Amino acid sequence: MAVVFQKPKSLADVPLHYCPGCPHGIIHRLVAEALDELGIEGKAIGVAPVGCAVMAYDYFTCDMIEAPHGRAPAVATGIKRCRPENIVFTYQGDGDLASIGMAETVHSAARNENITVIFVNNAIYGMTGGQMAPTSLPGQVTQTSPYGRDVNHCGWPIRVCEMLATLEGPEYVTRVAVNNVKNVKNAKKAIKKAFQNQIEGKGFSLVEVVSACPTNWGMTPQKALEWVESDMLPYYPIGVYKDRSAAKEEK
Amino acid sequence: MAKVTFQTDLCKGCGLCVNACPKGILAIDTDKINKKGYSPAVMTDQDKCIGCAFCATMCPDCIITVEK
Repeated sequence: MAVVFQKPKSLADVPLHYCPGCPHGIIHRLVAEALDELGIEGKAIGVAPVGCAVMAYDYFTCDMIEAPHGRAPAVATGIKRCRPENIVFTYQGDGDLASIGMAETVHSAARNENITVIFVNNAIYGMTGGQMAPTSLPGQVTQTSPYGRDVNHCGWPIRVCEMLATLEGPEYVTRVAVNNVKNVKNAKKAIKKAFQNQIEGKGFSLVEVVSACPTNWGMTPQKALEWVESDMLPYYPIGVYKDRSAAKEEK
Repeated sequence: MAKVTFQTDLCKGCGLCVNACPKGILAIDTDKINKKGYSPAVMTDQDKCIGCAFCATMCPDCIITVEK
């Protein structure tokens, strides 16, 4: 019998601390599979965020470094400029990348730094207990918006991919989801391409992964994935928002 | 014939594999409790398994190995 599916080598053989049904585990595995398949585990350097994925350095077997809240793209910029032969990626949540780290994200994209950014969007601050994030949907009930997010008071959720795609800088900006098998497989392709772009020196690649937070949304894991499909994806549509190389080839 | 094995002690009983299985042969065994204190997912009918690995694709804790 041949093994069809097993844990990738780049994912350490330790239990994950995430809540039951948290898609962080799926996204960790997709990143690890991409590292394995491209054979870059030995020269990859990951930058962990602040948030639920703060302990990502325990889970990947490549070199990892921890960045202050939101500053992962700035730290990654420094590593990549000092060690251009290494493959540098960041793994960030929406409270990290889209809130306190927005400046670092936008400017590293504008500079077209040759790094890979994995952005996990679950529309809530998970680790701190379910507060409203910049990506929380209008009307979404959270700890800090108990009557639902009021857009007149709190503003509108930020669509990071659409915003970054307006910049000249970034090479590849795409949004994927992990709510079903098909979307997980497509997410894997996008993550692999984002690493391939860096290997080829093409520049800044960001993959936004629409994820879920069953615990803080107050849903079962399956119900949370259904909510991703019914509520999140209409506001955050899946798609490739910028792919400069593909656009050039078409011309 | 395909074979699915679970690292049962690491299962958190989220049930995403149960919902992903096209043959409907996985279940959460509420009679059992693993080391973590969760009721784990179990295979109910190994013979019907087609080895599609959908369960392993959706497993957030990467505890499923699929052989075919």
